[in-house]
Order: sequence, then structure tokens, then C-alpha cells
Amino acid sequence: MEYLIRFLAGGLVVSAFAVLGDVLRPKSFAGLFGAAPSVALATLSLALWKEGGDYVSVQARSMILGSLALALYSGVVCQLLMRFRWSALGATTTAILLWLVLALVSKRLLMG
Amino acid sequence: MIVHVKWSALKQSRWYEYVLRFVLGGLATALAGAIAEFFGPETGGLFLAFPAIFCASATLIEKHERERKQKLGLSGGRRGKEAAALDAAGAGVGSIGLAAFGLGVWCLAPTLAYGSLALGAVAWLLVSVFLWHLRRRVRFY
Repeated sequence: MEYLIRFLAGGLVVSAFAVLGDVLRPKSFAGLFGAAPSVALATLSLALWKEGGDYVSVQARSMILGSLALALYSGVVCQLLMRFRWSALGATTTAILLWLVLALVSKRLLMG
Repeated sequence: MIVHVKWSALKQSRWYEYVLRFVLGGLATALAGAIAEFFGPETGGLFLAFPAIFCASATLIEKHERERKQKLGLSGGRRGKEAAALDAAGAGVGSIGLAAFGLGVWCLAPTLAYGSLALGAVAWLLVSVFLWHLRRRVRFY
């Protein structure tokens, strides 16, 4: 039941931000909504209710590292599309490996 | 160029594309919760910035832009990639804002609870818009 609530809450918040990203122009501005805190808002709201503020604080601290990995990921995707002419699907899915490595290694180095 | 709303862009998306993003958003949220439960909040927190939705968004943007150009008799391949790259550049700026969201919630969640999420969201918006604006100004001068 808890995972169903997570699924519905996440789906709704992500869809709301995605629609905003669809209608806003210029496209570089709309792109900001590709890194909106949609999954974070849904997840942390439920975690606050279930686990409390200290637990959420720990999650948010790691999220900073995930966000910095996302910034590098976006830069690499941009280069794969413009310089190497990859398709959007190929570039975004391949670069996920880079995000995983960056996020996990930085967490390991900085938080143990 | 001033930021504006283009409602007609909604007509470009088909119903299944909304369903796809809803399902991906739901799965990403459920996954982040499951990872936090099994591996702890430190590892789970990383996945609050997982680019799962971005893959679908960028692919749809490329497809829509290509189709728009194809209706005008052009191939649209290059334009589609450029549109997706612009979206990625915007997401790069937005991810610094996302880090500001994380910083705000990290510092304020133990005392402000839900208020920290609201303030974090405001921080995300302000930092993202400021950096986006700064990037445009630097490019013009």
C-alpha cells in the first residue's frame, strides 16, 4: 500500500512539473523543469510523515551529491547530442551509467 | 527573449506520452523509497536526483521537434537533437538549483519539517532562474 501511495504521489508531481516544462518557452528555460525537485518532494513528504525530520535531513544531504552528478550528466548529454550527434534516447540512457558512478563514488568518498 | 507560456505545445503530446511520464515518475519515486529502505537514507537520498524522467522528456522533445520540421518538408533530425540539447543545458542549470533545494532541506528539515520542503522548492526556483538569467547575460556580452 505504501509503495502504491509513493507511485501515485510521484506520478502526479512529476507529471505536473513535466507539463510546466512542456508549455514554458524558451526551451532552455523549460529545461530547468527537467531538474525540478519532483521526485524529492513526493519522497521527502512521505518520509517526513513516516520517519521525521532527522531522517529527511540525511536524505537531503546525499541528494546534494546526486544533484551535482545530475549537473555533470546534463553537460555530457548535451555534448553527446551536439558534438557526436547521438539520439536523445541513446545519449540520456548511456549517460545514466556516468550518473551512477559519479553519485556512488562521491558518496563513498565524502560520506563513507 | 522573455519567458512565456505556449499552450499550443500541449497539443503536440499524445495521451500515452502523459501516461508514460506519470508511470516513470511513479516508478522513480517508488524506487527512491525502496533504495532508502534497503540501503539506508544516505544512499536513498542520491536517487532523489536520478535522471529517470529526463530520458523520457528529452526523447519526446526530440521527437516533437523532428515531427514539426517534417511537416514542413524538412528532415528535422538536426533540429530535434538541438532542442533536446537545449533542454539538457537547462536541466544542468536546474540541477544546481536542485542542490540548493537539498541544502535547504538538509539544514531546515529537523526544525521546520514540511516548511523546509516549501522553502527548499523556493530556493530551487530562485537559484535556477538566477543562474539561467546569468548564463544568458554572459552569453550576450
